[in-house]
Amino acid sequence: MGRQVSTRYLLIGNSAGAIAAAEAIRELDTAGPITIISDERHPAYSRPLISDYLAGHRSIKQTFLGGPGFYSKNGIETVLGTKATRLDIEGRAVELDDGTALRWEKLLLATGGSPIRPDVAGISRSGVFTFTTLDDAVALRREIDAASRVVVIGGGLIGVSVSQALVSIGAKVIIVELMDRILSAALDSQASAMVEARLREAGVKVITGRSVEQIIGARENGRRAAGVVLDDGREIACQAVVSAVGVSPRTDLVSGTAIKTRRGIVVDSHMMTSCPDVYACGDVAEVYDFARGETRPNPIWPNAVMGGRIAGHNMARAPGLPARAYEGSTNLNAFNYFGMAIVSAGIVEPPKNGGYRVLRSQTSGGRYRRVVLKDGRVVGAIFAGDIQSAGVVYGLMRAAIDTHRFEKALAAEDFSFASLPPHARQRLLDRAGIEEDGRNAGR
Amino acid sequence: MKRIRVNEDVCIGCRLCEISCVVEHSLSRDILKAFKSESPPSLSRISVRQAKDGFLPVRCLHCPEPACVDACLTGALSRDPSSGLVLYDATRCVGCWTCVIACPFGAITPDAARQSIAKCDMCPDLDVPACVAGCSNRALTLEEAAVEAAILESVER
Repeated sequence: MGRQVSTRYLLIGNSAGAIAAAEAIRELDTAGPITIISDERHPAYSRPLISDYLAGHRSIKQTFLGGPGFYSKNGIETVLGTKATRLDIEGRAVELDDGTALRWEKLLLATGGSPIRPDVAGISRSGVFTFTTLDDAVALRREIDAASRVVVIGGGLIGVSVSQALVSIGAKVIIVELMDRILSAALDSQASAMVEARLREAGVKVITGRSVEQIIGARENGRRAAGVVLDDGREIACQAVVSAVGVSPRTDLVSGTAIKTRRGIVVDSHMMTSCPDVYACGDVAEVYDFARGETRPNPIWPNAVMGGRIAGHNMARAPGLPARAYEGSTNLNAFNYFGMAIVSAGIVEPPKNGGYRVLRSQTSGGRYRRVVLKDGRVVGAIFAGDIQSAGVVYGLMRAAIDTHRFEKALAAEDFSFASLPPHARQRLLDRAGIEEDGRNAGR
Repeated sequence: MKRIRVNEDVCIGCRLCEISCVVEHSLSRDILKAFKSESPPSLSRISVRQAKDGFLPVRCLHCPEPACVDACLTGALSRDPSSGLVLYDATRCVGCWTCVIACPFGAITPDAARQSIAKCDMCPDLDVPACVAGCSNRALTLEEAAVEAAILESVER
């Protein structure tokens, strides 16, 4: 029998969601013990910055969040490099892989996502990497140099980010994407083509509509990846492979427990799971998507922060204090690929005959704009080139503001917050907690 | 907390606020050098935009619940509870521009040359922000805002 320890707030996970939750807990409860456990050995870091580390633009330390002394300043106990192996809801405890039994009063599951392992022969060879953790980036940086040729399987967000980083350290990169275009979940064909052109200019080879069937080994050392074979029989030699076909909610800890899961852990608007005092947030949780009108995992950073803050507040609130509710989110992406700005949100390629309308601007000088509407409400948008006012459209989307009377303005070149009629402006101001601005201010 | 207020009714779209802002955030703080020789040029943190029947100077409103801070991947944006200001630390910014799409007012300007952003900092070295001082017809004024009430209201929604 191992060590027994207890805490008031146990947070499993040490990234955006858990850190936001810990901060929210400390706003209400300055003394209750908080414990963070994570199987990653590093203090909390910015996951999106691992590509900056790989590119050599930042040190490991420069990816860390919260500054030195964050945990001690906030009275947070950390158990890092240790995995939670079994969850006991009734007994309110988790077992760790070092044998410790950790008892909790309130639990947050912020376990994130794990990379999907594609069904490809040779995937377990050495020289095949994933790219979701800082240690993944450390491993890649150790192996890859300017002389390397790297095949990246998957042209989604992770695949394109890792390619950009690899190119900036001089490696030759070949992206193999199954769909007919890269970034198909985030961009329409036009914006996707703009990114693809930029990638090609930077020397990346992009192969679409193809899959990797097999990862082959070297003749002299058969264990190590030395190339891939595509489904059309083409063979591409390389020194490394990055598997970037996506991430799925990391729910293994809750399987077999009473906690309800669908695609991810199911939570209510208070971020509570089907079990009282057990909360979930971030990439592992299924949350309401206001663009699609359904719940689904939304693995983006701002969603994890907002969900974590709500969860932390509700975990720590005294019975008299009102609970906070999560208003929902949708997919949101900002790309700065080789200096080209593209942002997108929500449904960008709506199904035909679904009652959607698409407003689009002409593409000129690297500028492009697309707004997707349904029943007068914005449900999706892409801004490329000039992205300054993209947030206004996203704000209209979040607030579900009826745009019938001003929708023409949305895709106009000079669109800005100033283009909105007074009632729409005021709605956005109210939501940001600001009384008034503009017309009657200062009188 | 101090807040820049706009009276849209008297804004004539002269953009003197933008010029004052660029000069204050330039290296030299000299109008000629700021516009003619500094490279990359400093960007205005305030942007006069065309409204239906006039102009609106768009700038950071230092929201009580700032969406940009939630969206920031690196901790470069934070809200200082004592001053009520949304602060920006350029040394932590990587120019991912997630804050740009998070801001419902379009008040954050991507700075491609510096791989960063430009947003209102309320001119920490000045008693009156440069845009307010530079606005000759008082479309921009500096006022005290009751910020705490707004925060309390926004807790439950």
